[in-house]
Amino acid sequence: MTGPVLAARSDQELDRGSVLPDLRKAPITKVQLVKYAGASGDYNLIHTDDETARSVGLEGVIAHGMLSMAFLGEYLCWLAGPESIRRLSVRFNEMVRPGDTLTCRGRVKEQTADNAGRQLVLEVWAENQRAERVTVGEAEVQIK
Amino acid sequence: MDQPATLSPDLIGAESEVVLFEVERGAIRKFAEAVQDQTPECLRGEVAPPTFPTTFRMTIPGLTYDLARVLHGAQEYRYERPLRAGDRVHCRVRVADVYQRKGRLGEMTFLILVMEGRDEAGTSVFSGTTTAILR
Repeated sequence: MTGPVLAARSDQELDRGSVLPDLRKAPITKVQLVKYAGASGDYNLIHTDDETARSVGLEGVIAHGMLSMAFLGEYLCWLAGPESIRRLSVRFNEMVRPGDTLTCRGRVKEQTADNAGRQLVLEVWAENQRAERVTVGEAEVQIK
Repeated sequence: MDQPATLSPDLIGAESEVVLFEVERGAIRKFAEAVQDQTPECLRGEVAPPTFPTTFRMTIPGLTYDLARVLHGAQEYRYERPLRAGDRVHCRVRVADVYQRKGRLGEMTFLILVMEGRDEAGTSVFSGTTTAILR
């Protein structure tokens, strides 16, 4: 197992605007939504029951927004390591449905350094197979 | 007939009890597996994934709404450190704001909830801000 992706990068490679490597997730399945409901405690039936989803005008179940945020959390762990994450803020812009495939992407917004190490502000987002940015946000990580 | 979802601004400042949550190894692993999070520390159940505080569910007296009509608009977490297996976190959630605004789907109610998690010594471990939209 190698260390966090960003730890191996030089300051120049993490300049403002630098594009980060992406993380492609497996297609979302209904079983995953049931598992996530159980693991997270979010039992809102619009995520697991088509009948409930249709009763509020949806075509069928939609993924928990928090699942896409969890993908971005994993993305930050992969980029910077789980001990390095200081903040993650997201907006849920578009619905995600079973069968959608999300890819986490990011870009450096700002880099500063002090005695504690390097702080990076990252623009991060999850986009679907149609390149729509379904969940967009910003993160702060501190790396060595 | 559908009733428009409304919440009273009187709710601002309402808060939950302080609830103690124990971060369990099995719960971390189950969460990581559901997300298919490949982070080794998370799969081993040692370190909780960043969004794990979403599992800390609390109720605020007086705050009720139809779950099926709520959209999660935005979420923020700030961390002093990651949560680890064995952590005992004292959490509380409060209503930080309630307001109406016109959006894509007409008049909507925005509900801002702020959650705080502290360790046994009272030191902040994380905070979370939820923007919920009632349509």
